[in-house]
Amino acid sequence: MKHTLSILVENKPGVLTRVAGLFARRGFNIESLAVGLSEDPRLSRITIVIDGDEHPVDQVTKQLHKLINVLKIRDLDPGGQVSAELLLVRVAGEGEKRTEALQIAEIFNAKIVDVDRRQLTLRVVGTNDKLEALLELLQPLGVLEVVRTGTVALGRGRGG
Amino acid sequence: MTPDKRMKGSRALVAALEDEGCDVIFGFPGGVAIPFYDALYDAKGLRHVLVRHEQGAAHAADGYARATGKVGVCTATSGPGATNLVTGIATAYLDSTPLVAITWQVRSDLIGTDAFQEADITGITLPIVKHSYLVKDTADLARTVHEAFHIASTGRQGPVVIDIPVDIAHGEIAYHRQETLDLPGYKPTVRGHIKQIRAAARAINEAERPVLYLGGGVISADAAPEIFKLAELRKLPVATTLMALGAFPETHELSMGMLGMHGTVTANYAVHECDLLINMGARFDDRVTGKLKAFAPHAKVIHADVDPAEIGKNVAPLIPIVGDVKHVAGALCKELEGLEWSPERTQAWLGRIAERKKEYPLHYEDPEDGKLAPQFVIQEIDRVTGHDAVICTDVGQHQMWATQWYTYIRPRQFISSGGLGTMGFGLPAAIGAKIGRPDATVIDISGDGGFQMTMQELATAMSDDVPVVVAILNNGYLGMVRQWQDLFWNKRYSFTNVEVQPDFKLLAEAFGAVGLRATEKDEIEPALREAISCGKPAVIDFRTSAEENVYPMVPAGQEITEMIGGSPKRGRKS
Repeated sequence: MKHTLSILVENKPGVLTRVAGLFARRGFNIESLAVGLSEDPRLSRITIVIDGDEHPVDQVTKQLHKLINVLKIRDLDPGGQVSAELLLVRVAGEGEKRTEALQIAEIFNAKIVDVDRRQLTLRVVGTNDKLEALLELLQPLGVLEVVRTGTVALGRGRGG
Repeated sequence: MTPDKRMKGSRALVAALEDEGCDVIFGFPGGVAIPFYDALYDAKGLRHVLVRHEQGAAHAADGYARATGKVGVCTATSGPGATNLVTGIATAYLDSTPLVAITWQVRSDLIGTDAFQEADITGITLPIVKHSYLVKDTADLARTVHEAFHIASTGRQGPVVIDIPVDIAHGEIAYHRQETLDLPGYKPTVRGHIKQIRAAARAINEAERPVLYLGGGVISADAAPEIFKLAELRKLPVATTLMALGAFPETHELSMGMLGMHGTVTANYAVHECDLLINMGARFDDRVTGKLKAFAPHAKVIHADVDPAEIGKNVAPLIPIVGDVKHVAGALCKELEGLEWSPERTQAWLGRIAERKKEYPLHYEDPEDGKLAPQFVIQEIDRVTGHDAVICTDVGQHQMWATQWYTYIRPRQFISSGGLGTMGFGLPAAIGAKIGRPDATVIDISGDGGFQMTMQELATAMSDDVPVVVAILNNGYLGMVRQWQDLFWNKRYSFTNVEVQPDFKLLAEAFGAVGLRATEKDEIEPALREAISCGKPAVIDFRTSAEENVYPMVPAGQEITEMIGGSPKRGRKS
């Protein structure tokens, strides 16, 4: 099962290296990682998605807790979190393909952020599943380039 | 220090170290370290010991820390100076010893330009430190030192690196000791949860075949008195790891000696048969457990450790307790005192253990090649020093014999690289230990291989007048690897013969130290007595049997029952 860890860290140089380095050293694989400032400019929040079947999440969080700059870790309950990821995708879009791409974009509430005669770039925000579904539909049209931010998530109700 | 006195960063660093109670620093100067060395030149309360290689500085600081319980401090210049510390930092990390390593860095504006003697030491050491700092502002210097000492010496202890660009040492600040630390993410749990402690006490009380399994955490927490009381309260047979030798007196009837790969038959079989395994500050290391699935197969497990990440890492305990062993063992004693218990409960178990001790003592025979039995040399060291010396070791066969044949009766008496297994650790660690405990007899039991890795530190011992004794068990082989080649690789002794070697007696004399040699049994004691009493660093070249093996031995990754050489007849499976 996938686990989403929300990690509150001190906003200091090298902290991301420590977190990422720990994953590498202990042999834990990261599925996605997103980092940015939190509500407090002295703190950053890292969202990491890992495969819990592959590594005991308990061991991952305990090792993370040992990092001096890590303040708080929450293993977000899948039902008790709101999460989103941003994706930019450039697809081939000439003629009929363009119409189809636009239709798909509309269904997924994606914005066209760049367009020329041959291709267009969509921007979409959603859960991991939604983005996967979008990419699958776009695949036959010709996906030229994809970039994703990785999931960011917060616990519902109380802070994370 | 007078508060708020303006001074250079380098002087403030010295002041901060002194304020932390640091009285000795092991180091080696270099270009960007000069401002700090200039401040050290007239530091009154801070002794600097000039080593001959930076690795020696890290090991000496580590040995000092292990012998005294205080934080050990070492320093090196940028680039190669700093990278030479790496082995020593990793050694301290694997054995959780409190070490602060101060490295000097090129000027802030040159960082990242591949400047002369530049190395990203905080990057290089990232996986082997408890924490590290790259100081970017002179104003942060003192606080960084205080935080580093706090982190190194609390919770699960470990090494902290402080990397300081040279311009930070030149900057001026108003130094004052900062009492408050800014470590919002660092709050080690010291006190064990009372519910868990009560559950553990009940389990101990009900056990019929308990074993107390002690790790290095007992020593770093200074918990030996509490552990002693706990063992006596419920007559718990005690097995110690290599890191815990001395945590419980081996002269006590409950002591079973060391467990693990080269542990005693009694300790290993007791763990195999016990119904309750009480782990205090150990980490179920592979050298202890062998094949994990077959380890302590009948036991409920209690695991107390100050590091929550150790609990459940290798073995899932029935009763986990996160906390400092001193507190946990103390609280367990209190709970147990309130419970009724009859010695009959464990009588049969203790009887079986006593029998096994008698039936399967550690054992060796006189070597066929007529040379000294290495085990006998260590027995003689034990006898001559009356179980009272501080023993440091290198890594390999001599190290295992030192665990088996010396009798450890108190904590901080055995200093050895357990986790990383660092050859070359012994001599510099002994120098550090002797400086920390000048009244103790400090003996480095080494091999001819390991000694040659850091033997230049004899010059340090000479120039700083540190009278350590080096006892080389000289068999002309890299003995432990040769033993594995003997047992598991068809006696193909690939590159383990090191009989072409310096004359260690003359070598010692070349350094100005006392050089001695013993080839006959009756030469051992006089050589030891002279080395211990001469008041100078001394090296004794003990000519020991070339192909002696360490037994008993549980081959790597195997079950305890696969032990080789456990029975009185050597080589037979027991």
